[in-house]
Amino acid sequence: MDCVMNKQRQLEGQIRIPSGCAISGIFNRRGECFSGEDIIKSMALMHDRSNGLGGGFAAYGIYPEYADFNALQLFFEHADSRVKTEEFISRHFEIEKSEKIPTRKVPGIGPGPIIWRYFAKPNVEKVERSGLNELEYTMRCVMRINAEIPGAFVASSGKNMGAFKAVGFPEDVGEFYRLEEYQGYLWTAHGRFPTNTPGWWGGAHPFTLLDWSIVHNGEISSYGANRRYLEMFGYVCALQTDTEAITYIFDYLLRKQQVPLELAVKIVAAPFWSELAHLDKNEQELVKSLRAMYSSLLINGPFSIILGSRNGMMALNDRIKLRPLVAAEKGDFLYVASEESAIREICSQPDKVWSPRGGEPIIGLLEGAEKL
Amino acid sequence: MILTSNTPEFLIERNKERCIHCQVCVRQCANKAHYFDEEDGKVDSIDINCVNCHRCVCLCPTKAITVRKFPLEFRENSNWTPAVMRGIYKQAETGGILLSGMGNDRPYPIYWDHLLLNASQVTNPSIDPLRKPMELKTFIGRKPEKLDFDQQGRLITPLNCQLELDLPIMFSAMSFGSISLNAIKSLARAAVELGTFYNTGEGGLHQDLYSYGSNTIVQVASGRFGVHPQYFNAGAAIEIKIGQGAKPGIGGHLPGEKVGLEVSKTRMIPEGSDAISPAPHHDIYSIEDLRQLIYSLKEATRYAKPVFVKIAAVHNVAAIASGIARAGADAIVIDGFRGGTGAAPLRTRDSVGIPIELALAAVDDRLRQESIRGQVSVIAAGSIRNSSDVVKAIALGADAVYVASAALISLGCHMCQKCYTGKCNWGIATQDPHLTKRLNPEIGCQRAVNLLRAWEHEIKELLGGMGINAIESLRGNRLMLRGIGLSDRELEILGIGAAGQ
Repeated sequence: MDCVMNKQRQLEGQIRIPSGCAISGIFNRRGECFSGEDIIKSMALMHDRSNGLGGGFAAYGIYPEYADFNALQLFFEHADSRVKTEEFISRHFEIEKSEKIPTRKVPGIGPGPIIWRYFAKPNVEKVERSGLNELEYTMRCVMRINAEIPGAFVASSGKNMGAFKAVGFPEDVGEFYRLEEYQGYLWTAHGRFPTNTPGWWGGAHPFTLLDWSIVHNGEISSYGANRRYLEMFGYVCALQTDTEAITYIFDYLLRKQQVPLELAVKIVAAPFWSELAHLDKNEQELVKSLRAMYSSLLINGPFSIILGSRNGMMALNDRIKLRPLVAAEKGDFLYVASEESAIREICSQPDKVWSPRGGEPIIGLLEGAEKL
Repeated sequence: MILTSNTPEFLIERNKERCIHCQVCVRQCANKAHYFDEEDGKVDSIDINCVNCHRCVCLCPTKAITVRKFPLEFRENSNWTPAVMRGIYKQAETGGILLSGMGNDRPYPIYWDHLLLNASQVTNPSIDPLRKPMELKTFIGRKPEKLDFDQQGRLITPLNCQLELDLPIMFSAMSFGSISLNAIKSLARAAVELGTFYNTGEGGLHQDLYSYGSNTIVQVASGRFGVHPQYFNAGAAIEIKIGQGAKPGIGGHLPGEKVGLEVSKTRMIPEGSDAISPAPHHDIYSIEDLRQLIYSLKEATRYAKPVFVKIAAVHNVAAIASGIARAGADAIVIDGFRGGTGAAPLRTRDSVGIPIELALAAVDDRLRQESIRGQVSVIAAGSIRNSSDVVKAIALGADAVYVASAALISLGCHMCQKCYTGKCNWGIATQDPHLTKRLNPEIGCQRAVNLLRAWEHEIKELLGGMGINAIESLRGNRLMLRGIGLSDRELEILGIGAAGQ
């Protein structure tokens, strides 16, 4: 809790708010880019799954001209927090470009923070002096901004990607951010139904860390166990949301522990012990070792998530499928959403539609990519 | 007649209309609280010998016997209570240390009873264990910092040296000597049937028990009784006992009366001799010495068996536990001050150490602050009384729990707290062959299995209610706990919110 205390106006994070949601994802395996219109339409169809208290999008491939730079997209509560953050970013990064993120006035979106983005590279000297690799360095800088600068929140920090979120219905958020003007090869989206009214833009989803983004529907009952485990490795769960914890879990497993994605899935949505009998001996040993080792990272309770990265996406349900998740394919496109109708709205005749089993991942990788 | 100020603690009431003078009570009572008057042809009682173990009450065919608190009262005094005064009378008569059996019975706060569990409503469905899988499997053992995978995503070195528990409950250390072979056999068989483990205590391993080796945790205590290479290799894990919750700071004590031929052979000590363990291990005067013993034991067993270190919950338990984790132990056992014992000095039992709930919370916190909680298992012991205590212990941060008193109660123990006399009428804490044969290991096993199966069902219900279907998602998940009737300081130490918060 003490990390939250430093941050006066951080509404999300002072309390834990359960919420229900809608999620959707569209991915082109060949990396061909398309505008944000489809994902907005898909979310608009699931309007009733949200309650206007949070919506957002993550888009990959949208900044080709700045592909080598971290796109730091920020919310500032007031001008002062922007000044402080810019000082911080200038000290730790080389800023190539800084600009206001273009928005338009939309009736469904109320007054919000100052929204800004910086294309920047970590300061080479500082990275070297820190003894960290570039990714870890960037991650720590992001966490410091969120924890230490009052009124500042990093919405996303990855390369050639961005998160666009606000308090409002997702379709209004999409219009507000003019997402039809962006071209990306992977779009994920989220509409939120929180049980409380935090009214804070940073609390909307997707939640991101470096290139990772997560949209999530559910309320995990393992949150306390997951969080306390993550905290041992420097993760600060300032928002107290499941999505934040899930993002960190994947970052820890995939990046820090170098666990292959297929195995990370077996950790967070572990097969039941009763299913082990059907596996061969090596596989049994593997599953047992993974579960014994990473038992605190099992995600329990209802969830459906879409994990996005520059190399593709992975959608996953909890192991007893307590939340809806449907997938579809059409040519090079892979679709996932909370409801089949949300896919058919934008792709009326998919080649294949299916409902993945609990714990069975839907993985879409970019052509040529070996891992997410 | 010698003057004595000691008066009976219990009054035996015999319903004269029901009593048929069959003498069952006479034959059942090793304390000689009942006798048959040949002249009158009647059974009568000597109240002062009664320990209130209920053996006669349960076995009386006409249910003629009741035992009550002896009605003789001292003048009311909140300071000089009857217990305090009786202690003084005894010491005035004997000049000895007051002994007691079983755990601390003083009215200290029982934190389990101030913790409340969560349940799911609406936003997150509860899970029905009758219809969905509910997993309690738990692994105890050291975990590396990282697993290594090859290019194909296969594990390069599988995780080994783990105890696999089908439910997160093991039978805690009780030695052959302190309890009977039949009691141990009951628990050993129950451990096999339940897919868990029992612990030899410091009594060595009787020949009859080697067949249960793969469900046995063999203990190495300061007396090193019955410790030899076959002993180590027979067990599934080794436990170094530094201390015990019932008597932190002192070693075990088995009175010579309980050291018969079998105990003597198993412990490798002369028959009839007191088995008094030194207070410390004489090869462990520091944390670095402990590390040497841990690794000596690992060497002796070719790194195939986890090594536990058991300590009593004392004031500085968090730092000590952290040291134990760094010394290389696979699991740390924390034994709270309400833990049971066969024999402990009364003053030590009643006023040394701290409750397991606070110790466990402090240890789990410290290991997390040091980022090493994931590497080592934590086992909580020292009065886990029922399934909700188990659930609360795991939510506070334990991987698994040890139970002993509850297991003995399932075998028939009535908590008379006289284990140290060797006259256990239930055949548990005794070596007297007339008494030990009263406990049939088949039946004992069944009762212990029944108990833990019942707990297993209850744990699954509680877990399902919280929307959790695997025990590991509860471990250290303190959001599932709220405190009631606790001070802010206590809540802070337990790391939980107050009810309603």
